Amino acid sequence: MAFNIVVLLKRVPDTESKITLRDNAVVTDGLNFVLDPYAEYGLEKALQLVEQHGGKVTAVLFGPEDAKETIRKALAVGADEAIHIVDPALEGGDAGTTARVLAAALKKIPFDMVWAGKQAVDDDNAQVPVRVAELLDLPHVNSVIEFEPAADGKAARCVREVDGERDVMVTSLPAVFTAQQGLGEVRYPSLKGIMGAKKKPITDWNAAALGIDPAQVGKAGARVEILKLEPPPARPPGKIIPGDAETAAKELARLLHEEAKVI
Amino acid sequence: MSNNILIVAEGRAEGLKKVSFELVNTAQQLAAALGGAVEGVVIGSNVGAWAEALVKAGLAKVYVADDAGLGAFAPESFADALAQVIKLAQPAIVLFGATGWGKEVSARTAAKLDWGLVTDCIAAHVENGALVLTRPIYSGKAIAQVRAKSLPVMVSIRPNIVPPVEANNPAAPIEKVAVTLKEPRAKVVETVVKAKSKVDLGEANIVVSGGRGVKGPEGFAPVQELADTLGGALGASRAAVDAGWIDYTHQVGQTGKTVAPKLYIAAGISGAIQHLAGMSSSKVIVAINKDPDAPIFKIADYGVVGDLFQVLPALNGEIKKLG
Repeated sequence: MAFNIVVLLKRVPDTESKITLRDNAVVTDGLNFVLDPYAEYGLEKALQLVEQHGGKVTAVLFGPEDAKETIRKALAVGADEAIHIVDPALEGGDAGTTARVLAAALKKIPFDMVWAGKQAVDDDNAQVPVRVAELLDLPHVNSVIEFEPAADGKAARCVREVDGERDVMVTSLPAVFTAQQGLGEVRYPSLKGIMGAKKKPITDWNAAALGIDPAQVGKAGARVEILKLEPPPARPPGKIIPGDAETAAKELARLLHEEAKVI
Repeated sequence: MSNNILIVAEGRAEGLKKVSFELVNTAQQLAAALGGAVEGVVIGSNVGAWAEALVKAGLAKVYVADDAGLGAFAPESFADALAQVIKLAQPAIVLFGATGWGKEVSARTAAKLDWGLVTDCIAAHVENGALVLTRPIYSGKAIAQVRAKSLPVMVSIRPNIVPPVEANNPAAPIEKVAVTLKEPRAKVVETVVKAKSKVDLGEANIVVSGGRGVKGPEGFAPVQELADTLGGALGASRAAVDAGWIDYTHQVGQTGKTVAPKLYIAAGISGAIQHLAGMSSSKVIVAINKDPDAPIFKIADYGVVGDLFQVLPALNGEIKKLG
């Protein structure tokens, strides 16, 4: 059983980045962009499955031209080929239109499974992969931390972590899976991988290639829109409680009880 | 479409989650602005007890989809059942708790009905007749105001944002909904509740976290003891998780859980940007750290510069004295 696996990638600012805002947008100059960490767990699982069982990993990324660099990273760690959905007409939408774009792309690629991150660390939406599953009439399993395909390659058994609980879920294939942190350690690209990635194919698809109605995507198709972006409210200055451990602990307990009234 | 708000209740074996009653509170404020009523829905198998709890929450009506096919969790079946209730109830807004369950069911249902969905909101209000939501992005490094361009729309609201309503009202009428379900392809076959997670980190009122300063797995003992005394959840920084001292399910930060408890105690955590993003909207923050220059002190309401192995046990003793 060989698996054709599609991994949905996203390019996001590194989590150690400071986010600065100007004119209701994130200032991208000087930001270090990386592959979304949750999508990266999904990519790692896809690579492991293909190493064990054979098949092919296709990376799919929907994003601006600059995101080619992120796609190269996925190819450098072992993805076989990539599709870059890149078209300004598709940008500016919401989670619903993003899912529509990705679903349209997936209709053109044969696959046994789709892997994605359980959420992206930029907009924290946690809804695009699940929407994609529903649009393609496929089952999904969210927040996967363990994954084992059935011997016949037609089903899978997963452990998923949600709301502090762990569940065992079974599903038929094809299906959509979203990766959670415990799924495994991710690999780093080797020099050979980085060199090899330059020869791997990246195919660009635009709205026309996807055969998608422009009214259904981008700004026009969005059901919700961002009005404003603001920095988080500043916290009032705090106080340092002096004294040795005993003295400070006693005063801290009193302040939490009497002043803050949280215990 | 009506002007009504429908809240989707969520439960566990022991009963409805508190967030279900918090949703009623938010829904009442929105309904007052839109001139609609607040209704609720309970979906599951043998959920009579959940329905009985919800009918006293001051709702106009409670829909109950009680079906043997909704026993073990199956995303397709729950989305299918909920979509059928929504088609019947015709609400303008459907509210979910922004829990793992709520986010998953709302996304699948929104795609099925082709609705917009705004997840993980911390506030909701009506402005010039439009629904405007406030939601942190980049784990709270920025705050977005999001407008629903039209109704109906789905929204998920974080737990612990507003107080729950009291369930002491006269009973609302129940409307049983017979749902038609297909055999789901993905389903839960076994639930393993992790014994360690006494209180769910994402919904806890109090979180006590340890970082690099705990120095090893055994260093989490005083952190856990204080969490137990306070009835809170145990958290950790990425540094402690990456070092292998504690399970990743305790990780607070941009990767990991975003938390906003009423009290967050950070012990031996310096305050990396990605950790601060995950906890800086907590109501009260306490930092205990040896290094007076640690960035965590910049956002703390109360700071103690000292050794956590001395301060935490002393604090534990003092809190026990308060009873």
